[in-house]
Amino acid sequence: MRRRSLATEASEEFHAPGPADFEFPELWGTFLTKPMLIIILGTVVVGLFFYYAARRGSLVPGKLQFAGESVYGFVRNQIAADAIGREGIKYVPYLATLFAFIAVLNIAGIVPFVQFPATSRIAIPLFLAIISWVIFNYVGIKRQGFVGYFKNMMFPPGVPKVIYPLLSPIEFLSTVIFRPVTLTLRLTFNMFAGHLVLLLCILGAEFLLIETQGVVGFAAGSVSLLFGIVMTFFEGFIQLLQAYVFTLLSAIYIGGALTYEH
Amino acid sequence: MDGSLNMVGYGLAAIGPGVGIGLIFAAYISGVARQPEARSVLQGIAILGFALAEALAIIGIGLAFAL
Repeated sequence: MRRRSLATEASEEFHAPGPADFEFPELWGTFLTKPMLIIILGTVVVGLFFYYAARRGSLVPGKLQFAGESVYGFVRNQIAADAIGREGIKYVPYLATLFAFIAVLNIAGIVPFVQFPATSRIAIPLFLAIISWVIFNYVGIKRQGFVGYFKNMMFPPGVPKVIYPLLSPIEFLSTVIFRPVTLTLRLTFNMFAGHLVLLLCILGAEFLLIETQGVVGFAAGSVSLLFGIVMTFFEGFIQLLQAYVFTLLSAIYIGGALTYEH
Repeated sequence: MDGSLNMVGYGLAAIGPGVGIGLIFAAYISGVARQPEARSVLQGIAILGFALAEALAIIGIGLAFAL
């Protein structure tokens, strides 16, 4: 996708950003690229944050403890208690870690000098979705027995028996196949599309402001830069929202496996 | 006409989620208008519904680039 410049004299063509901008050179071994560095850093940050926030628990919390309590309390009250109920307390450590990890990896997309959301490569969301999938299936099978779990999923009570041949495959596919797939793709492509928009705005602004000459280029470049700044804030909101939605849906699936009356 | 069929496909695919999200937030606004105290309760449901409806449009833009 090449685009001609707007002004009469330009030093080079504009290279429109595309999926190739998500590939990075190897820094040390075959696995150590920039996204991998961000993932390692994110893991260390989340681990150290919660460890030091919980270390000296006092009744009147200091700043770090208050921050850790806010994050954990948010996941516990707004996500687990709403979606699962009283039994959800057991799953709050997993959900809180999930939320914090995805949020940190997403926010890396707008942190200066880092500026790459590590969740835009499909591997991390895929494995997080697989972990959530294993957890909610395991919980459902443990609660209802192997046969009972699939029976309650595919043949829900209160439905006229004529619809069962139509309903059962749809329900089975929807629960066992589509849930982890949509969890993965939703997170991945939200971060992918957001990063692509930011790249387009900022690189376009850089090209229009620096490498073209003339008033039209300057005006268009300024508009593009302004739009890039606005989109950065919007992107931050979307990143936190996607972390919240991933965690909330995982909690809802766990809750659905625990209480099997639809 | 230049361009790729992927983008035309994405444009068509974005109609459905656009309508869906409009309906979701229309319901949210109506609910808050009738009962302002329900605002925080409905907000969680609205955000969840928004993310679910948006997922298809986002999968559309992602696959338009990736395929």
